[in-house]
Amino acid sequence: MTDGSHGVGGVTFDASRRRWPNEVNIFAALILIILIFEALGALLMNQSFLFDSRGRFDTIFNEQRLRIIILQVSIIGIIALGVTQVIILGGIDLSSGSVVGATAMITMSFAQVATVNGHPNPKAVFGPELMDLPAIVPVIVGLACGLFAGLVNGLLIAYTRIPPFIATLGMLVSARGVAKWWTKGQPVSFPTEGYAWIGSGMMPVIWFVLLAVLFHLILRYTVYGKHTYAIGSNEEAARMSGIAVDRHKVLVYAIAAMLAAFAAIVLSSKNLTAQSGMGVVYELYAIAMAVIGGVSLAGGRGSIVGTVLGALIFGVIQSGFTFLRLDAFYQEMVMGAIIVGAVVLDQWRQKRAALRS
Amino acid sequence: MDSDIVLETRDLTKHYGGVHALEGANFILRQGEHVAIMGDNGAGKSTFVRQITGVERPTRGEIIFYGEKVQFDGPLDAREAGIETVFQTLALADDLDVPDNLFLGREKTLFNLGPFSILDYRGMREATKAGLEKTGVKIPNIHNTIRNMSGGQRQCVAIARTATFHSRLTIMDEPTAALGVQETAQVENIIRALKEAGEPLILISHNMRQVFDLVDRIVVFRRGRICANLVKEETDGQDVVAYITGAKTQDEYAEAF
Repeated sequence: MTDGSHGVGGVTFDASRRRWPNEVNIFAALILIILIFEALGALLMNQSFLFDSRGRFDTIFNEQRLRIIILQVSIIGIIALGVTQVIILGGIDLSSGSVVGATAMITMSFAQVATVNGHPNPKAVFGPELMDLPAIVPVIVGLACGLFAGLVNGLLIAYTRIPPFIATLGMLVSARGVAKWWTKGQPVSFPTEGYAWIGSGMMPVIWFVLLAVLFHLILRYTVYGKHTYAIGSNEEAARMSGIAVDRHKVLVYAIAAMLAAFAAIVLSSKNLTAQSGMGVVYELYAIAMAVIGGVSLAGGRGSIVGTVLGALIFGVIQSGFTFLRLDAFYQEMVMGAIIVGAVVLDQWRQKRAALRS
Repeated sequence: MDSDIVLETRDLTKHYGGVHALEGANFILRQGEHVAIMGDNGAGKSTFVRQITGVERPTRGEIIFYGEKVQFDGPLDAREAGIETVFQTLALADDLDVPDNLFLGREKTLFNLGPFSILDYRGMREATKAGLEKTGVKIPNIHNTIRNMSGGQRQCVAIARTATFHSRLTIMDEPTAALGVQETAQVENIIRALKEAGEPLILISHNMRQVFDLVDRIVVFRRGRICANLVKEETDGQDVVAYITGAKTQDEYAEAF
């Protein structure tokens, strides 16, 4: 036997143990799901799901549908980027949907115009001195809201050793309370032009892609990323190795909540209004995207690429149901099954990996 | 003062509340020496190691490392001073590969941007290869994650950490407890390689054959105290067992028992 094929102590190295990246599987799942909808489309609707079936050859794809798919996953996708990091760290963040609600309300209040069609803004929260501000002001206010929520989450989890599930559940309830209390339930509307630009047209997609690339690079190539994986993989080992585990946790939860806050900015800008009910159950959709994308709830494993693919699967399924004219009830039922299925699959893969070694 | 003393502890003591886990340990390790620490479960071996590796802070006593009195505020402190430890529970992150684990907590970086410093993957890979070569550890693919490795390979990764960082003292806490016959032989070979290279080592082991094969001196702990300090050539397995079980105690340690 050649030297290279030998492990330590004569243990032969089994090359098959090194599987291709999990992202390949998820990409295959995405293609498979698209093909299923294409087949169902051809059978039931007599039209194509993603391809242009109206006989025009200037475009191959049904651009309108593609656009809707990526647009509707972009905002929750931004949240999912943060949730991904928290889950890789070995935690969970249930608060992101409520953070979206609270941040949207507060941020929008700083983004209002003074006059609408010559009349004073009917939804005004503050006096005129806090209106018509440059868009950067509400953006900073929004990110500060996220930072605050994330610091509370992170400090509770790292220093009081409360399980992340409980700490962020508390934030889920409290932040929703803040969202309702801010204007006593009234919606906040009429943002400035500058603020409205942030979420206009395809801007949510651009933000999502930019942030996905940024955090992919950060997780892959920086100490921050390495420590996030290390803590999720074996917190005790990380501590023994001298990683400042508690400080790092606070940082990750802060970044996750700031991403949720940024999603709130984009969402309220896109809708030109903020309501206290914004972002309800977004946290679960974001977790679902990550889990479908192969991020292990046990921590230590997963990637931004996986989550982006998970978000696309999420969007394709939603859009596919609409395409098949299935009611939203069925969508939710099946979506729930898919989330559970993804976790079952992940556990099965873990068990198989454990059996091999 | 002896200049060839690597590590000396004076009256090293650790109490957990009312439990006296370690009491007045005076221990000396000299340059190039391999010393085994033996004793029953709960005799204070692991407690002793936790004090000198900075995992815990001693209640009382001094640690002198290469002639300098040291006080470690954490495991990283001890590692920076040059004490590398292979813990009983392997301090490895299963989802990371070999270089990542070797450099866990002290990554090489290209630009310093605080937590967002860019990792020097190439530098860590080269240093890993050099470290593996030095210990004679063969791992076919260093980019394999720890999860996909055998117990022996994992242990070797943990041991290779010591070689990568030019440690001045290696401590191994039951390095072969969970290994098969072949894997144990490989780890023992690595320990012999360290001996030939003149690297000092403290080995905690229950395995009498292994201890007599590998070390120069045996220190026996019993009920939180050192009860014997035996040169290998002047003792045998039965003798050591007598000290471990309490049938014998060396005169110089007797008054405490």
